Amino acid sequence: MIKSILEKFSLEKNSSVMLVFAAVVLSAPIWLTPFGANYPDLLQKFAIFGIFAIGFNILFGLTGYLSFGHAVFLGVGSYTAVWVFKLFTMNVLPAVMLSVAIAAVFALLIGYISLRRSGIYFSILTLALAQMSYNLAYSVLTPITSGETGLQLSSEDPRYIDSLLGAGVQEGLPATNFFGMSMSGYSGFYFCAIFLILAFYISLKIFRSPYGLKLIAIKSNQKRMLYTGFNTRPYLLSAFVISGMFAGLAGGLMAATDPLAGAERMQWTASGEVVLMTILGGSGTLIGPLLGVGVIKYFENIFSALNETSLREIFNFLPDVVADFLVSITHVFVGEGWHLTLGILFMLVVIFLPGGIMQGVGIFTRYYKKKMTELKSERSVEKGKSQ
Amino acid sequence: MSIVLEIKGVNKTFGGLKALTDVNLKIEEGKTHAIIGPNGAGKSTLLNCCIGKLIPDSGSVTFNGQDMIGKQPYEINHAGMVRVFQTPEIFPELSLLENVVIPALAKRDGIFKFNPFKMLSNETEIHDQAMRALADVGLDKFHQKNAGSISRGDKRRLELAMGLIQNPTLLLLDEPTAGMARHDTNQTIDLLKKIKDRGMTKIIIEHDMHVVFSLADHISVLAQGCIIASGTPDEIRNNPKVKEAYLGETEDE
Amino acid sequence: MDALLIQLLNGLDKGGAYALIALGLTLTFGTLGVVNFAHGALFMLGAFCSVLFKQVLTISKKVKDESITFFDAYKEQPYLEIWWGDTGAMIIDYAVPISIIMVIPVMLLIGVALERGLIKHFYKRTHAEQILVTFGLAIVLQEVIKMFFGANPIPMPAPDIVSGSAAIGAALGLSDNLVYPWWRLIYLVFAGVIIFSVFAFLRYTTFGMVVRAGMADRETVGLLGINIQKRFTIVFGLATVVAGIAGAMYTPILPPDYHMGMDFLVLSFVVVVVGGMGSLEGAVAAGFLLGMLQSFASLNEVKAIFPGIDQIIIYLVAVVILLVRPRGLMGREGVMEE
Repeated sequence: MIKSILEKFSLEKNSSVMLVFAAVVLSAPIWLTPFGANYPDLLQKFAIFGIFAIGFNILFGLTGYLSFGHAVFLGVGSYTAVWVFKLFTMNVLPAVMLSVAIAAVFALLIGYISLRRSGIYFSILTLALAQMSYNLAYSVLTPITSGETGLQLSSEDPRYIDSLLGAGVQEGLPATNFFGMSMSGYSGFYFCAIFLILAFYISLKIFRSPYGLKLIAIKSNQKRMLYTGFNTRPYLLSAFVISGMFAGLAGGLMAATDPLAGAERMQWTASGEVVLMTILGGSGTLIGPLLGVGVIKYFENIFSALNETSLREIFNFLPDVVADFLVSITHVFVGEGWHLTLGILFMLVVIFLPGGIMQGVGIFTRYYKKKMTELKSERSVEKGKSQ
Repeated sequence: MSIVLEIKGVNKTFGGLKALTDVNLKIEEGKTHAIIGPNGAGKSTLLNCCIGKLIPDSGSVTFNGQDMIGKQPYEINHAGMVRVFQTPEIFPELSLLENVVIPALAKRDGIFKFNPFKMLSNETEIHDQAMRALADVGLDKFHQKNAGSISRGDKRRLELAMGLIQNPTLLLLDEPTAGMARHDTNQTIDLLKKIKDRGMTKIIIEHDMHVVFSLADHISVLAQGCIIASGTPDEIRNNPKVKEAYLGETEDE
Repeated sequence: MDALLIQLLNGLDKGGAYALIALGLTLTFGTLGVVNFAHGALFMLGAFCSVLFKQVLTISKKVKDESITFFDAYKEQPYLEIWWGDTGAMIIDYAVPISIIMVIPVMLLIGVALERGLIKHFYKRTHAEQILVTFGLAIVLQEVIKMFFGANPIPMPAPDIVSGSAAIGAALGLSDNLVYPWWRLIYLVFAGVIIFSVFAFLRYTTFGMVVRAGMADRETVGLLGINIQKRFTIVFGLATVVAGIAGAMYTPILPPDYHMGMDFLVLSFVVVVVGGMGSLEGAVAAGFLLGMLQSFASLNEVKAIFPGIDQIIIYLVAVVILLVRPRGLMGREGVMEE
C-alpha cells in the first residue's frame, strides 16, 4: 500500500491534517488564480466531484470492490434535490440532506443485491443495475424524472414551505439559496467546500479506524477475514452505503448549484468517470482521489475548450511548418478529442502506475531520499578517508 | 476430563468416492491430539468438516455442546475453534502488527461492529496484546514489515500468532511444519510446546512423525477415510495395523 | 399471433447478436481469465471495418451525368462502376457480405496485436485492473472511430435482392400481411452458423479440446506442458473475429455508430452472467433467452400493462436469476470466483 506523503510528514494527528486540508480548500480561490482555475463554476466542480471521488474511494480504495454504478446515486441525489426545490423550498439544506438519505436507500438496495457476489460479478451487477436505473430515469419513470428533457424548476411548482413562509410571487424562477446566501458564485463554492471538508474528515476517520482496517483486510484476503471471525457482508454493505451517500451528497450539491437533473448523470460512462478520477489520483489513499479530480477537471476545462484556431495561436511563435505539424497532431487530442486523451491517459496509468499519481509521488520521494542518503554517505566516505 | 470436540459417525462422499467413513473422534480438553495418515486418507476433509467448509453427508460435529455442522466460518471462530492453514493465509499487504491486530479486533468486536469514528491509534490495549502475540512467536522486531515480504516460515509463525491471540478453546493446526527446514521445524515444535503449557486444546494434522511424537498426547490414525487406530504415542508406535498402513510407507519414502 | 411471431423472430435476431458477443466474452473469460470490457468495442470495430470497406469500394470520380442532356451536369460515380460496369455496381451492392472477407483477417490481426501488446501483460494482474485497462481501451477505440467516422450513425443497406421483406406469412399458410426483412432472417441463420462452427471447432479439434480443458481446469493444462501462450493468442483472436463479423453483419439492421459497442457490451455482460460465467452453452442460451424476453416485452399488449418494461426486463430477469441461482443458468462452481 502506498502511504500518503501526508502521513509521512508525521501528520499523525487528525486535527492537524484537517487544519491543513481546510486551509488548502478554503484558500483555493487564491492559490488557483495563477492556474486560471479560480472561477466559481470550476471550483464548485472540484468540490462536488471531490466528494464523489472520496466516497467512491471508501468502497473501492478500502475494500477493492469495483462498482461501475456509482453515478446512479449521484443522479438520485440530483433528482431528489430538484424535487425538494419544486415541492418544498429553495433553501438547499433540506434538499441536500434528503439527497443523502434517498441515495442511502438506493445504495442499500443496489448494494444488497450486488454484494451477493464478489469480484467481476459484483462489477457487472452494479453495471447492469446502473444501466437499468438509467433506463428507468430516461424513459420509464418520465413522470418523476421528465425523461429526456431532464427535471427542471418551473413557475408552477408549489414550493409549499416557501409559500407558507410568505415568500411572495416572484418574477421568473426563484434561485436556490442557503438561508438567503446565493448558491452561485463564490458563496456556492464555499457551501460545497464545507461539505468537502466534512466528507474528507469522515473519510480520514474511517481510514484510521479499526473499521477501516477491517475493510482493507477484506481487500487483502476476504477468506481469511471469514475464518478470523468476521462476517464480511455487513462490512461491505455499510461501506457501499456510505460511499453511495457521498455520491448522493455530490448529486444534491450539483442540483443545489444548478437546479436541474438529467438521466445522463446516471449513465455508466459517468460511473466510469469517477473510477477514472480515483484511479488516476491513487485509490486507497486519502488525497489521491482529490488529486485525480483536480487533474481531470482542470485539464478537461482547458483541453475541451481548445480548437484548431486556439492551438495555432499557441504554436504561433514556431516556424510555420513546425506549427502546422504540431497543430495537426495536437488538435486530435483537444476539444472533442479530450475523451481520447482521457482514455489514453487512463490506460497508461493502469498499465504503468496502477497506484496512480500517489504511487508516482511515492516512487519519486523514495528515489530522492535514496539519492540524498547516497550523497551523504559519499561525503562521509570522503571525510572518513583519513581514518 | 471434559470433551471439547466430538465427531460422531461422520460420512462424506465426493461423487461416489468415499472420503470419510463413519469417523468417530473425541478430543479431550487440554490435550494435543494428532491426526496422522497417508496422503488422501481424508485428513483435510475431516478438518474441513469441523470448520464448516464442508458439510458431512451424515453424522455430527459437536463443539462445547454446540452443533457445528452448517455453521458459517465466522460463527465457528467465535465459538472458539480457530484454524491455522496449511498454506499461510495472511494479509500480505498489511504489516505484521496489523495482521495480528485484526484477529484481536475480531475477538473483541464480534462478527460485525460499525465503529468508523474510533481511532486505531488509541487502541493501546489491542496494540499491546498484538505485540505480545508477535513476541511469543519471535516476530516482534519486524512488526512494521509487510507480511507479504517475510519468509514462508515466518508467515506460518505469523499465522500461528494470529490464531493464538484469539485465545481459542481449540486450535486446529493443518500441517504446521510442512515445507519447513529442520531448524524451523524445531523452533515451531518448541513454540507449540510452550503453548501447550497454557492448557489450550489442539488438533494437529501432520505428516512429520518427529513433530507428531514430540508433541501429541493422543494420536489417531486415519487411512482411506477410516480411523484405524487411536491411542497414546507409544500405543500407536507399536500398533501393527498402523505400521502396515502408514509407518511402513513413510520408511520407504 | 402475427405480432407474436414477428417478435419471436426479432428476439431470435437480437439474441443472435447477444449470443455472438457473449460467446467471445466467455471464451476470453474462460481460457485467458481476462474480463474484457473492450469486447463490445471489437463488435463496433467489426461494423466499422465493413463501413470502411464500403467507403473504399465507393471511392468516386466526378463524371458527366449523361442522363441530363439540356445542361452540363456532373455526378459522382464510383471507380468500380467506371471500370467494371455492372459487375462493379454489383460488388458495391454486396458490400456488407463481401466485407466479411476483409473483416476476418483485419479483426484477427487486431485481436492478435491486442493480446500480444496489452492483454498478455494483464494475466497476472487483478480483475479490477483488467476491467480498468480494457475499459480504457474501449474508450480509446470508441473515440478513434468517432474521430474518423463522426458521431452519426452510418446507414449500411443490405444487398438489393434481400433488402425487401420475406413473405413468411404466406409461406407458413398464415396471414399474407406477415412479412419479415430478409436480411434479419439471413442474420439469424448466420448467427446460428457461426455459433455452430465455434462449438464444432472447440469440440472436434485437438486445439479446441485443449481450450475446453483449459476452461475446466487451467492449472492442469498448464502442467501438461502445453504452450498456453500461443493458444491464448489464438483464442483471443478467435473471439475478436467472432465479435467483428457479428458487428459487420449487423450493420444493415442497426446503422453503426461509435458507441454501439458500449450499448451491446453491458447487455452482453448481463447475458454472460445470466448464462453462467465460463459456460459457452449458457452464454448462447441466455443470449437467445434474453433477446426474446426483450422482444416480447416490447409487444404493445405487454407495454400497456407494464409501461417501459421492455427497457428494464433484461436487467430485472438478470437480477432475479442471480438471486435465485447465483451461478447463473449453466455456471459451474468456482469459475471466476475468488
